[in-house]
Amino acid sequence: MSQIALSRRQALLAAPVLLSAPSIAQAQPRAIKLGIIQPVTGALAQDGEYGRIGAELAIADINAGGGIKALGGVPIEMVFGDARSTPDGGVAEVEKMQAEGVLAIVGGFASPICLAASQAASRYDLPYIVDVGVSDQIVTRGLTNTFRFGPGFGTVTASALDNLVAINDAAGKPSRTAVIVHEDGLFGSGMARLLNAELPKRGFQVLETISHPTPSRDMSNVALRIRALNPDLIIPSSYYAEFVLLSQTLQQRRIRPKGIYCILNGAASNFRFVREFPEAANLVMDCNHWADPRKAKTAELRRRVEAQGRFWLYNVPLNYSAVMLFADALERAGRADRGALIQALAATGAGFDSHIMPYGPTQFVNGQNQGGKPVNTQVQNGDIKVIFPRDFADAQPVYPVTG
Amino acid sequence: MGYPPEILLEAVANGLLMGAVYGLVALGLTLVYGVLHIINFAHGALLTLAMYAAYVAHGAFGLDPYAAMVPLAGLFFVLGYLVQRLVIGPASRGDDSNMLLVTLGLSIIIENAMLAIFRSDTMTLRLPYAMSMVEMGDVLLSLPRLIGFGVTLLVALLLFVLMTRTDTGRAIRAVAKERTGAALVGIDVAHIYAVTFGIGTACLAIAACLLLPSFYVSPRVGNAFVLVAFTIVVLGGMGSVTGALLGGLFIGVVESLSGLYFGDSLGQIGIFLIFILVLLLRPTGLFGARA
Repeated sequence: MSQIALSRRQALLAAPVLLSAPSIAQAQPRAIKLGIIQPVTGALAQDGEYGRIGAELAIADINAGGGIKALGGVPIEMVFGDARSTPDGGVAEVEKMQAEGVLAIVGGFASPICLAASQAASRYDLPYIVDVGVSDQIVTRGLTNTFRFGPGFGTVTASALDNLVAINDAAGKPSRTAVIVHEDGLFGSGMARLLNAELPKRGFQVLETISHPTPSRDMSNVALRIRALNPDLIIPSSYYAEFVLLSQTLQQRRIRPKGIYCILNGAASNFRFVREFPEAANLVMDCNHWADPRKAKTAELRRRVEAQGRFWLYNVPLNYSAVMLFADALERAGRADRGALIQALAATGAGFDSHIMPYGPTQFVNGQNQGGKPVNTQVQNGDIKVIFPRDFADAQPVYPVTG
Repeated sequence: MGYPPEILLEAVANGLLMGAVYGLVALGLTLVYGVLHIINFAHGALLTLAMYAAYVAHGAFGLDPYAAMVPLAGLFFVLGYLVQRLVIGPASRGDDSNMLLVTLGLSIIIENAMLAIFRSDTMTLRLPYAMSMVEMGDVLLSLPRLIGFGVTLLVALLLFVLMTRTDTGRAIRAVAKERTGAALVGIDVAHIYAVTFGIGTACLAIAACLLLPSFYVSPRVGNAFVLVAFTIVVLGGMGSVTGALLGGLFIGVVESLSGLYFGDSLGQIGIFLIFILVLLLRPTGLFGARA
């Protein structure tokens, strides 16, 4: 029986080769693990569920298209975490995903969850792509791991105001007065303050600002005040249940302003609302996230989502696009390495075209995509149409509302 | 700002309709206080339980909340009777302060059981008439609220007849006035306690069925009403049935008008201002003979 004698010198020479073996294996893994965090239980469960659908569809498309080609066609494997509608829940999932060895994380939905989860991920240099969370704070903390493809609060509100003026001007300036209705939390009150400061500069008189608690027992009083004020425009900033209640109460009491113009509304760009309360929803306008209706992929994706018996919500295209951004950056990074991926994400340019959002050329500054913009939608006869900007529109605005 | 008269009228009418249901919730609370001399801390949780019962009755058996009202009232009467007879009564060992703690414990158990079963999401029934309006001149009134108003008046009337014209009613009043004396003349005090608790709980079941068509249900929803009901009981006088009903209507109008003038976020201030003023100026309440 022969024995292979290994001298000490030979062993030392062989050591680097042996030690580097795992890193070769790491460079060509069987699958790339991508963490998807969404709140699928608790108050935000509906949004989280749709975010997850978007991510799943993107991963399915990437894998069906041959995986990540730069890494020899490895598929993406989803590691899902439920943020339970709380920031703590999001952080706990980041820790679990770190232990599972994910390459990056996509999702979060609500700003508080995105803020906490991306901060936790930054401790591990773990790339984090925010799907929805609009708080401007998310991209102003100097975290190099955090990227947001969609627009932030400042961009959305500025666009919402500019677009309102443009739509009103195009219709011959029928509206001059507005009533702001807002939920009295951080989101609604912040929006109301901003609108109160900005609307008068753009030629609108704010007749009154009405706040309501979340949850609300009743919107009769809000409706009565609006009826007494008789404004041209109603601008609501409320969450889903309260906006549904408000729009139903307005319809019930036959209060018909020239327009209901929402900004980042929880219901106005939501097919659940449109299907369940078609009359109350008709002709409500919203400035919000929405997929690009001109892209063929958008229509295809919508068909696939609806075939599952689900509604077409903006969470789907936003998460789809965020996962596509990850895949695009990974192709350019050329290796499954967090540092390289962060560099590639930051360097994403106009060449990134597998997303389905109506955005300008992609360019990241401090983690924020400068091309990310909201669009104006309007509920028209049971469908949600893009009415502004014209480049992306698939319908004309019905404004002012008459009759 | 000044509002035109038709808007003020509508706000007052809305307040009266909402206030009637508040009054119904307060009725159960004040009845239990009048007889058992305890504040029933489980009142809110029992209201929540009744709302979930009505929700499930609709989901599982297709029963409209209005159709479920009578069976649920019966069921909750039995439930209330048994809870007092088997849990609160024995656990209190004759000490009123123990009873208070037992009801507090019950509320925690019920609320968390609901949280475990139904999770924290709000749920609503979608009924064709939920958003129907009735036009009365210039004033538009919500149909479910009008029905709620009518049913509350009917329940208050029935309760009045029960208390004044029946032996059970006389026994309840006797126990409320003088427990030992009532026992001496042969009234089963433990039974009367349980009957009273049962009636209070049945009122909640009716209130739940009236609320559900136009309101959502969540594991803590009952507390929103009980805080208002407590103010009504203090305003109307602890233990006074008439006081609970009139107090409810008054608080409803105050809430509606202060909501109209100060906004819904600040509107609640009106209610609690009254609460403090009554405690300061007339601690027995408007109709409370006994303190």
